Amino acid sequence: MRHIALTVNGTRRELALEPRELLVYVLRERLGLIGTTVGCDTSSCGACTVLLNGEAVKSCTMLGVQADEMAITTIEGLATNGELHALQQAFHDHHALQCGYCTPGMVLAAVSLIESGEATDEAAIREGLEGNLCRCTGYHNIVAAVADVAGVS
Amino acid sequence: MAVTETTEAFVGTSVKRKEDAALLRGQTTFVDNLTLPGTVFMALVRSPYPHARITRVNVEAARKAEGVVAAFSGAELVEEWKGGLPCAWPVTEDIKTPAHFPLVVEEARYQGDGVAVVIAESRALAKDAAELIEVEYEPLPSVADVEKALEDGAPLVHSELGTNECYVWKLETDDVQAAIDAADVVVTRRYFQPRLIPNAIEPRGVLAQVGPTDEVTLWSATQVPHILRFALQLVLGIPESKIRVIAPDVGGGFGSKLNVYAEEALAVALAKRLGRPVKWTEERAENYVATIHGRDVVHELTFAATKDGTITAVKSDAKCAMGAYLQLVTPGIPLLGAWLYSGPYAIPNYSVTFPGVFTNTTPTDAYRGAGRPEATYVLERTIDALAAELDIDRVELRRKNFVSEFPYTMSSGLTIDSGDYHGSLDRLLELLDLDAIQADQAERRARGDAKQVGVGFSTYNEMCGLAPSRILGAIRYAVGGWDAATIRFQPLGSVQVVTGTSPHGQSHETTWAQIVADQLGVDVDDVEVLHGDTAVSQQGMDTYGSRSLAVGGIALYHASQKVIAKARRIVAHQLEVAEDDLEFADGAFSVRGSPDRSMGIAAVAFQAHAAHNLPDGMEPGLEETAVYDPPNFSWPGGAHAAVVEVDTETGDTRLIRYVAVDDVGSPVNPQIIDGQVHGGITQGIAAALYEEGAYDEEGNLLTTTMTTYLVPSAAELPSYETDRVETRADNPLGVKGVGETGTIAAAPAVINAVVDALSHLGVTDVQMPATPERVWRAIEEVRS
Repeated sequence: MRHIALTVNGTRRELALEPRELLVYVLRERLGLIGTTVGCDTSSCGACTVLLNGEAVKSCTMLGVQADEMAITTIEGLATNGELHALQQAFHDHHALQCGYCTPGMVLAAVSLIESGEATDEAAIREGLEGNLCRCTGYHNIVAAVADVAGVS
Repeated sequence: MAVTETTEAFVGTSVKRKEDAALLRGQTTFVDNLTLPGTVFMALVRSPYPHARITRVNVEAARKAEGVVAAFSGAELVEEWKGGLPCAWPVTEDIKTPAHFPLVVEEARYQGDGVAVVIAESRALAKDAAELIEVEYEPLPSVADVEKALEDGAPLVHSELGTNECYVWKLETDDVQAAIDAADVVVTRRYFQPRLIPNAIEPRGVLAQVGPTDEVTLWSATQVPHILRFALQLVLGIPESKIRVIAPDVGGGFGSKLNVYAEEALAVALAKRLGRPVKWTEERAENYVATIHGRDVVHELTFAATKDGTITAVKSDAKCAMGAYLQLVTPGIPLLGAWLYSGPYAIPNYSVTFPGVFTNTTPTDAYRGAGRPEATYVLERTIDALAAELDIDRVELRRKNFVSEFPYTMSSGLTIDSGDYHGSLDRLLELLDLDAIQADQAERRARGDAKQVGVGFSTYNEMCGLAPSRILGAIRYAVGGWDAATIRFQPLGSVQVVTGTSPHGQSHETTWAQIVADQLGVDVDDVEVLHGDTAVSQQGMDTYGSRSLAVGGIALYHASQKVIAKARRIVAHQLEVAEDDLEFADGAFSVRGSPDRSMGIAAVAFQAHAAHNLPDGMEPGLEETAVYDPPNFSWPGGAHAAVVEVDTETGDTRLIRYVAVDDVGSPVNPQIIDGQVHGGITQGIAAALYEEGAYDEEGNLLTTTMTTYLVPSAAELPSYETDRVETRADNPLGVKGVGETGTIAAAPAVINAVVDALSHLGVTDVQMPATPERVWRAIEEVRS
């Protein structure tokens, strides 16, 4: 077991982890943050995307112990005082989710994309979301929602 | 609470989804999010061989491993099974249905067949222990190709059957061969539609709890909780009355969760045996072998036509892969396309023949469109081939043969209730600006550009909304095609709707509320839709085949009418007027000619529950159930076009525009319809350009993860241009199915566009998916 400390959605958490535990399972099973989902074994689908020190990371690609002293935001930490984040609201307004399984990862990837300043036009948004797969929406409304928040067309 | 009686019409407007609030916050109930006290975790050992005799299974090391609760070989669980995993669609009387149990004992018949199981205190420990189970295999000859499996001397998937031919199905009108013989032009084309792996982003998962007297609760990532409930009785011998199946939040299905799987039965059997809740979560690599695939069909399609382009006969000869076993509706999938080889065209002579074929591969079953994309693909590709052969414009050839009056009874026997194929095509052409595309194409060709453009069409219809029970019976489907709805006013006027449909992304909580709110004249926010739990929704036939709205939605309508009828009796009694003197509008009953004498439906609901003053003999409460069996299938249709850019030097193909005009009947929620169309189109495009579940000759799956099987991302796709033409279906809401239209229409539109882009080079076909290599080879073949 290794002892680590990390900040999750603004709260400091201390954990004793097996070295082999993936970050996504630390979030889901140790911390009960089941909003982050698992869709593949190969870091292909992006369902498990969280923000690590503000940047989108697939939480199945790293070990929990690697997150020592880092700050993580999951979908549960994105709304402020019950108010949806602008991207969550835009996903609702544009019908950018159907089954909702990829949605937490997709929203967080989009947050990171916009905050990085890379969401400059539709093509950039599409390239920027390449690592997040959605099987329901065909991405049309996801791209529209992200473009809306990014203020691009 | 205040219940709002409203004059607002919700149907036809884009009410924002009720489902989103929880999903957007990650407050979800996907099965993998659920655990009960004492839960133990299941892992399976699967055959790595496509076909092998199992000579020894040793689970002793696993049993002794850390955290292991139990481990079993297939042989040790044989007593658990009162029946095999059921096939509900034995399509012919003499169909060969092989035994299919949750774990195999003597022989594994595809890569992924379950051989042993281990239960441990954690997911990781179960997986560790599974690696300690020793299985000795003796590999046997195997076959993966649907045509090779029918050759003399081919390895037999089930040697006891003596053949790989599962069944032969045929539908033929009288004079097909005479029509072909008499035709001016006969065009025959051959196509292979490869396997598609459904790839719902949520893999499957189950959590089973069994009480001391066999009270079963099974949470499963399923589209079909009701079907699963009765299947579990067949497999386990536990009466349905003791089984509760819950489909909580389900992360997409696309047909892959329209099934009854080994792990569902295993989890229940082991939870019963161990007295602890058993949970299993599928990994993606498991999903690729252990969850059903779609397609894998070889076709030869023949058109007979006159010189002026009148199609006089269509004849389809196909070979359809079943995989190694028959899952829930495996053999029936090609039947769902068997009436669609004439599509939106009036073709007087009609012939369809296909065998179902066993191969040493994962079983096939319903994947979005299920049978209809297969038929539509070969039809729409061959229409283009016929146009080229006749030197008639492909759009005009389609128009010339369109059905234009409805209802229309096809030569194949079914009746299309409604449609507007000309109108759809007209609108498509308005949106498309074909002249500009063709001018661009001509310029590029004249300049000899490396990058060429092409435009492809697909004018389609489909039969969905499964389905009239009598017809299902006639084609040997085991169960009915009805659905049920209950509408229950609570005493203070809020409304609960219980539906037998089981959504997994389709937005029933929103759209069902819209329908009921309009019928009852209440606010959409006062209607709560309950689903996906057989203890709550006692009867239903679940969600697949674009049936939920066209069947379950109409059940809502009829239940609403029954509620209104009872409420009307109460109001007539209390106001002392005749029922006929009452009119019901905007949520209130009023006396004709005396509009001040009225009673809102929420007040009626209270009266119904208080029961102080009801008509003699009337039961208290305001709750009604309707079960609706549709008289016909649902017949959406439309016209789609794809525009592609093909790099003739590398074969790289990009979809640059996609335009879709669909007739899905009267729209309930336009934004949700568009979402269904976008998603459907994308799966058709994916089949055309990216996705192929590939096996080697022996049946080893080559595309084993999302890194080798290309589920397209946003980066591969454009935004779409969609519009609708509306013809009312022959039902009280005028609605049609929408979930599968895009998938059915899109693949041929895209491949037709690829071929169009290369037609000046002499290319007439590109095998789907049109990968850069395939496109490059197609060009090289005609160049050399």
